[in-house]
Amino acid sequence: MNLTLKIWRQENPQAKGRFEKYDVKDISSDASFLEMLDILNEQLIHEGGDPVAFDHDCREGICGACSLYINGRPHGPDTGITVCQMHMRNFRDGSTITIEPWRAKAFPVIKDLMVDRFAFDKIIQAGGYISVNAGSAPDANVIPIPKENAETAMDAAACIGCGACVAACKNASAMLFVSARVSQFAVLPQGKIEAAKRAKSMVAAMDEMGFGNCTNTYACEAECPKNISVSHIARMNREFFIAKVTDSAKK
Amino acid sequence: MSKFIHYSSLTKKYIMSIAGFFLMMFLIVHLGINLFILPITENHEDVFRNGVEFMTSNPLIKVMEVFLFAAFIIHIIYGAVLQIKNWMSRPVRYRIEGWSHTSFFSKFMIHTGIIVFIFLVIHLMNFYLVKEGFTEALSGPVTVENNHDFYHMAINLFTNTTYSVIYILFIVLLGFHLNHAFQSAFQSLGWNHSRYTPVIKAIGNIYSIVIPLGFILIPLYFIFLY
Amino acid sequence: MIKLDSKVPEGPIADKWNNYKSSQDLVNPANKRKLDIIIVGTGLAGAAAAASLGEMGFKVKIFGIHDSPRRAHSIAAQGGINAAKNYPNDGDSIYRLFYDTVKGGDYRAREGNVYRLAEVSNNIIDQCVARGVPFARDYGGLLANRSFGGALVSRTFYARGQTGQQLLLGAYGALMKEISRGSVEMYPRREMLDLVMIDGRARGIITRHLNTGEIERHSAHAVVMATGGYGNVFFLSTYAMNSNGSSAWQCYKKGAAFANPCFTQIHPTCIPVHGDYQSKLTLMSESLRNDGRIWVPKKKEDAQKIQKGELRPTEIPEEDRDYYLERRYPAFGNLVPRDVASRAAKERCDAGYGVGSTGLAVYLDFEEAIQRLGKNTIEARYGNLFQMYEKIVDDNPYETPMMIYPAVHYTMGGTWVDYELQTTIPGLFSAGEANFSDHGANRLGASALMQGLSDGYFVLPYTIQNYLADQINVPRFKTDLPEFEKSEKEVRERINTLLNIKGNKTVDTFHKELGKIMWEYVGMERNAEGLKKAIEEIKTIREDFWKDVKIPGEPFNVNPELEKALRVSDYLEMGELMALDALERKESCGGHFREEYQTDEGEALRNDEDFTFVSVWEFKGKDKKPELHKEPLSFEFIEVKQRSYK
Repeated sequence: MNLTLKIWRQENPQAKGRFEKYDVKDISSDASFLEMLDILNEQLIHEGGDPVAFDHDCREGICGACSLYINGRPHGPDTGITVCQMHMRNFRDGSTITIEPWRAKAFPVIKDLMVDRFAFDKIIQAGGYISVNAGSAPDANVIPIPKENAETAMDAAACIGCGACVAACKNASAMLFVSARVSQFAVLPQGKIEAAKRAKSMVAAMDEMGFGNCTNTYACEAECPKNISVSHIARMNREFFIAKVTDSAKK
Repeated sequence: MSKFIHYSSLTKKYIMSIAGFFLMMFLIVHLGINLFILPITENHEDVFRNGVEFMTSNPLIKVMEVFLFAAFIIHIIYGAVLQIKNWMSRPVRYRIEGWSHTSFFSKFMIHTGIIVFIFLVIHLMNFYLVKEGFTEALSGPVTVENNHDFYHMAINLFTNTTYSVIYILFIVLLGFHLNHAFQSAFQSLGWNHSRYTPVIKAIGNIYSIVIPLGFILIPLYFIFLY
Repeated sequence: MIKLDSKVPEGPIADKWNNYKSSQDLVNPANKRKLDIIIVGTGLAGAAAAASLGEMGFKVKIFGIHDSPRRAHSIAAQGGINAAKNYPNDGDSIYRLFYDTVKGGDYRAREGNVYRLAEVSNNIIDQCVARGVPFARDYGGLLANRSFGGALVSRTFYARGQTGQQLLLGAYGALMKEISRGSVEMYPRREMLDLVMIDGRARGIITRHLNTGEIERHSAHAVVMATGGYGNVFFLSTYAMNSNGSSAWQCYKKGAAFANPCFTQIHPTCIPVHGDYQSKLTLMSESLRNDGRIWVPKKKEDAQKIQKGELRPTEIPEEDRDYYLERRYPAFGNLVPRDVASRAAKERCDAGYGVGSTGLAVYLDFEEAIQRLGKNTIEARYGNLFQMYEKIVDDNPYETPMMIYPAVHYTMGGTWVDYELQTTIPGLFSAGEANFSDHGANRLGASALMQGLSDGYFVLPYTIQNYLADQINVPRFKTDLPEFEKSEKEVRERINTLLNIKGNKTVDTFHKELGKIMWEYVGMERNAEGLKKAIEEIKTIREDFWKDVKIPGEPFNVNPELEKALRVSDYLEMGELMALDALERKESCGGHFREEYQTDEGEALRNDEDFTFVSVWEFKGKDKKPELHKEPLSFEFIEVKQRSYK
């Protein structure tokens, strides 16, 4: 298939970017989207141009590195997968594809289609963990955990930290990402001990990093490659509320 | 004041939601009284007048009125504050905007909100501020007896077809606002449940259709039947 | 001349690790703050080690090539992690896990290390659960297990098909905790380009910032390599695009001997290659072999018709299907170890029974399992894998059997380490897949995660301390020392040389050429002639590379082509060493199969008499043949037998 690509090109974080048009020919519909970009880059190198920089690594939908906003949707037209798992059969021959980087104040562009997602690490640093040190854990089966809770935790923990939720949200809100982590630990007995502190400090970090507010549009859920549910956002809202109320009660 | 602005995003949203709930309840009461403008019972005019009398003079309602205004102001200010932060969170827009927002009206909350706010100002000028003696009641086919005579004020307004059409448009937009608002308020307060959330969404849909429909019936009556 | 001392402690196998721990040197808490440790790599081993050492009070600097530690390729491990918990009450024990691992590795691993691995495996599960890893559970709320290849017990803990992700996120959480506490400093988007040595000890590294191209110097009292494997030498593999063995290779060139480079694991269940443009191969978890049955047509005509697209697999009647693993290995059936399963698939395809348009695929069929357990159960177990398969291949595995073919997946070889995980360079440690230590010639499924976390959480924190105990009086190193100066200059020169070649061929062109040779001659089956040929051809490609590679862009910006070029230049040397090692090892064992050495039934034929040793290669200088040293392996606690899964 032959395609026209409109790709955002930006030399460096300070540079002013622009869209460039490229044509690619004879792409197999069995190729993945990123392989199509590989072919474009080979072509650009041969023509003496600058290859398009984009984030990618595992190419099997789990590392969360790939981050392309294709024709108005993070990770492209297919649902429940990342760009690297999307194959060209999702596009029609002769179509034009517009590729943009994630857009958010908290995700500055590094080059072309690459963005810096350090803000996510900052949020996790604020409390996205259980504070136990190596070596002191009791036997794994000491505390039984209801299967449903383990499953809910796993649903939330499936987050790959790609940032599609932020990219999809009209407010560039990171609520789905943050709530997935808060929610995972909130349903596990091991995580309950720090639950209040975790919810408060992770929300504070989220606000500080410049993400927008959630207006419950649920675009995040619709675009999440791991189908993480907004029920986790509600759980975080609950956790946070309880934490705040408990705080006031203590005062 | 600065603390008020610097509450965390979630706290702001709780307050938004609670204020919103309060306003939604107020709408039901408001509609309940309004409907008596229509000749639905023999003594509808008396019921309406009594309702207005009660709502404007009962001391308990007076107290509630403070809450009501507070709810409006908080809801509006926080709506604006949150929205400004949201705009700032994406300084560079997309060339092709996303269309994946599954709650369609949620995309336009600020727009419908601003329009509802404009309507609110007009509405207050037409009634509340007349009662308080700040503005004059608009004239029309019937004579307004005093500044508490909401019944005749309403008739004067609704018999003006232009006003009625605009009124209907505003109310439809209010319906859009309410459609997202209802279930969104539950979500913001953390009330999401695999079994009950669909029920809440259904109630929200019904609410956002029935309430505006009720309000719209009144101008429709005046356009076609009066 | 290097000296190989494995430093395995004395005593009965079950007491060795305890004896070590009770007699090792420790560093007092006040002194720990004064000691810096560099960790390169943020995968399971790196993140776990950084977190643990940070918790203990050391000053840790951790470096990764990604924007976040969570993207390291440990995240892609699907199936599970082994531990000898014996929760299912099926006769498991530490000894049995130890035994299975040594046997699975075809008796080419060091007993002491493997026993320790089995011993701490249980602590890993405890640790992970305490850190909120959502392992699968049964209705009673206790942990569930499943079976993996090469074992007769169910000892694999799992979190759906994303066990690696969950374990890494657990370690990542611990790392983030330490970063926020200030004990660990994170350096994201840094690629290590050289090891800096001062007075014969590892004291620092040179890195390139992948966003700005800046070359930086970092010093420490000890350096840990947790940089993963080098399987991307083959171009097509299940490794992530950015996984590379370059850091290990730089260490090799500075004197850290490289062990068993030819031991590469070819994973039997991957989605087959489908086109020239293909950039990587996708693994389908080994856990699928719990319920899936592997087969090819019994009749060659059928296979040919399938290849031409004239026949569908579902049209082939049961009696015309050859379940070759069940036929050849009745005891283990579809759950034979990976090397055995891979070779069997290749054997069938080479004989002309392969399926798919290329004839290089076999079926993995769930029809029987779906009938037995119902579609819902299969979906609950493997739903995400089935979905992934369907997205990639555009074929529904619930209805037609999956097609699979072996692909490069893991490297058992790596930097040589002793019992303390220390390389032949004092102060340089190697952990996880980067070292060679625990898997011998073949790794069992679900053991990589176990090793990564064992090294990171429970081994390095002890052994590094033993090394640092006599370093407490060594002050922090300044990075303006001549050693740093020299290393940085070399790195800059290397980059400039590459950028100034301005040839005609892209980096990927060379990488693909190398990959083809490696797969052809140093892949699943090797022979002396092919290996010699490979060595020659790799040399030619290497010369060509340094004359004709074309790298666009500048050094001081994001430049993925430059990153790739630096790695490929190393692969072009690594590939040669792998072939050389394979040529020297005149036996078949585990993942290393030499056609000349096989039984009448086509099974691997070991030569224990002459080859019960670790091949340890010492770098002797550019364009000089590296020197082979042998670390003899002795098996005191296990009887060495012909490996049989029949």
